[in-house]
Amino acid sequence: MASITLKGLKKSYGNAHVIKGVDIEINDGEFVVFVGPSGCGKSTLLRMIAGLEDITSGDLTIAGKQVNDLPPKDRGVAMVFQSYAIFPHMTVRENVAFGLTIAGASQAEKDAKVAEAARILQMEHLLDRRPSQLSGGQRQRVAIGRAIVRKPAVFLFDEPLSNLDAALRMDMRMEIGKLHKALGATMIYVTHDQVEAMTLANKIVVLKDGLVQQIGSPMELYHNPANAFVAGFLGSPSMNFLDVDVQSVQGDQVTVANGALDPVTITSKQGQFTAGTRARLGLRPQYLTPATDLNAGRLHGKVALTERLGAETVIEVTLKDGKALIAALARDAIFPLGTEVSLGFNPAEAHLFAA
Amino acid sequence: MSMISAENHGLRLATRYAVLTLIAVIFVFPLVFMLMSSLKPDQQLLADTASLRAFLPVGDISFDNYTAAFQRAPVALFILNSVIVTGVTVVLSLLFCSMAAFSFVFIGWKGRDVALSIILATLIVPFETIAIPLLLIASKLPWLGLEGFTTGWLNSYRVQIIPFIADGLTIFLFVQYFKDLPGELIEAARVEGASWVQIYRRIVMPLAGPVLATAAILKFLVMYNQYLWPLMVVQDEGYRPVMVGLQYFFQLNIAWGEVMAYLSLITVPVLAFYLYLQKAFIASIASTGVKG
Repeated sequence: MASITLKGLKKSYGNAHVIKGVDIEINDGEFVVFVGPSGCGKSTLLRMIAGLEDITSGDLTIAGKQVNDLPPKDRGVAMVFQSYAIFPHMTVRENVAFGLTIAGASQAEKDAKVAEAARILQMEHLLDRRPSQLSGGQRQRVAIGRAIVRKPAVFLFDEPLSNLDAALRMDMRMEIGKLHKALGATMIYVTHDQVEAMTLANKIVVLKDGLVQQIGSPMELYHNPANAFVAGFLGSPSMNFLDVDVQSVQGDQVTVANGALDPVTITSKQGQFTAGTRARLGLRPQYLTPATDLNAGRLHGKVALTERLGAETVIEVTLKDGKALIAALARDAIFPLGTEVSLGFNPAEAHLFAA
Repeated sequence: MSMISAENHGLRLATRYAVLTLIAVIFVFPLVFMLMSSLKPDQQLLADTASLRAFLPVGDISFDNYTAAFQRAPVALFILNSVIVTGVTVVLSLLFCSMAAFSFVFIGWKGRDVALSIILATLIVPFETIAIPLLLIASKLPWLGLEGFTTGWLNSYRVQIIPFIADGLTIFLFVQYFKDLPGELIEAARVEGASWVQIYRRIVMPLAGPVLATAAILKFLVMYNQYLWPLMVVQDEGYRPVMVGLQYFFQLNIAWGEVMAYLSLITVPVLAFYLYLQKAFIASIASTGVKG
């Protein structure tokens, strides 16, 4: 059983404040993904949980026990590093068994546990090789093998797939997902890749500049982003933001428009708006549809770029007010450059943020 | 075009080999001269120096000089003393200096930067400036040995070994090498539960081969070539090293053949040691950019 609690966690290097007060509750067996742009502090936060970075202030508890000042080995965690960090002078077998060797396990115990880890990760045939004889994906398996062999309550992954090529990354992503289901351990996973975050997580923590922006399930974050940053960070292509004028407000019904957008009434979920001020309208590219009639849509402009991907077509539209808008249309479609288009959307799927 | 560049390439290669050969000859000739001269009687040796015969085994060749050298001085004892002093110092130096460097690089303790700066500052202090104070200290130091509690370290192996175990250069070499090791290896070992001692023994030292070879060779040369210090602290022939032993051959009439024979004998351990570690030494120099 290992739930993890971060309470008011801060980290400073002199005057540089990297983590500025983070509160996160992680339940036992959860798969939590820390996601954010580079420099947001997600790796630092993970290293603080691992015990590789000191905690400047705040409380960190693992399984109900405060571990702020405990060395990494006493926290019951295993970690997989971005560079894999496999010991180059040891065979795969010795690498995987390293933690057991340190703990003074018997040879029989080591053999049994290494064999089991190798079976789970399908790397029995690699056990007697040296790291230099392995491919990137195989090295990653060894690093994961070293982590699972001790059966820790908490796994920490620091961008484990970022050095792999795209196809391998997808395979390993699925394997890590399966591994989580098989082991039922608590896992914290750091990535800047939103696909990894969306597919693996029970719970996503979006970080920016050392602060938590939002915590929630992938779909919660996708459909109800707390702010424009979260909205823009999750989803690909990322959300369009249009600067709009607030024309009228009635309760949570806000009517907005601008030079390229016909007046539309949005149900506001975040913040207060007043008539006569500016706001930002967030539209996901996938939720835009071309109107059959040029007057039927809400947004008007000309096609500036088309990317035909087969299953979908991504078009960039230069709106009447000169702003660019991306639309991802289902199915293949042909839009000659310069064609006038009118795009529609369901107001319920639009997001309104403070300017 | 390709013809010309191929010719150019050949020419460049030829020039390079010519220069390298010249350098090799410059380095090898003194050794050849020493070995050849050690086989010749003094008169012929001196006469040959005016010609290329100095580098050739010609004329009256024999091992007489070697026999004479062994009669004049306890050569074997001197070599044994030097091998003991040098060997023990090298081993202890590698152990202690690597440990010090390990703590400087990996363990975050307060004041380590200042401590390292002070240690590195000792690199610019010539040994001659501290020789006299060191002698005074060594002459009064206590020691607990087989014969009980004694004072003064003069006339012993320890006075030639202990002051030279830790030195700034060796620590610096290890510090530089350790800094280049991937930090994640150390962190992975920490998360896996390894203590600092285990990380030192199981992770860092097994990866330190090249720097161990470099530090060993440099330390070996310094220790084997010790002259001033043993001259000051050792009067007893039983502890005298090879370089001080050279004095035996510079009496009233200098027998150059014997000098060369003695020098040839004491050069053998150096060459053997160097050849043994040569590959690792070159790899390390190439990778760290440190010049020996």
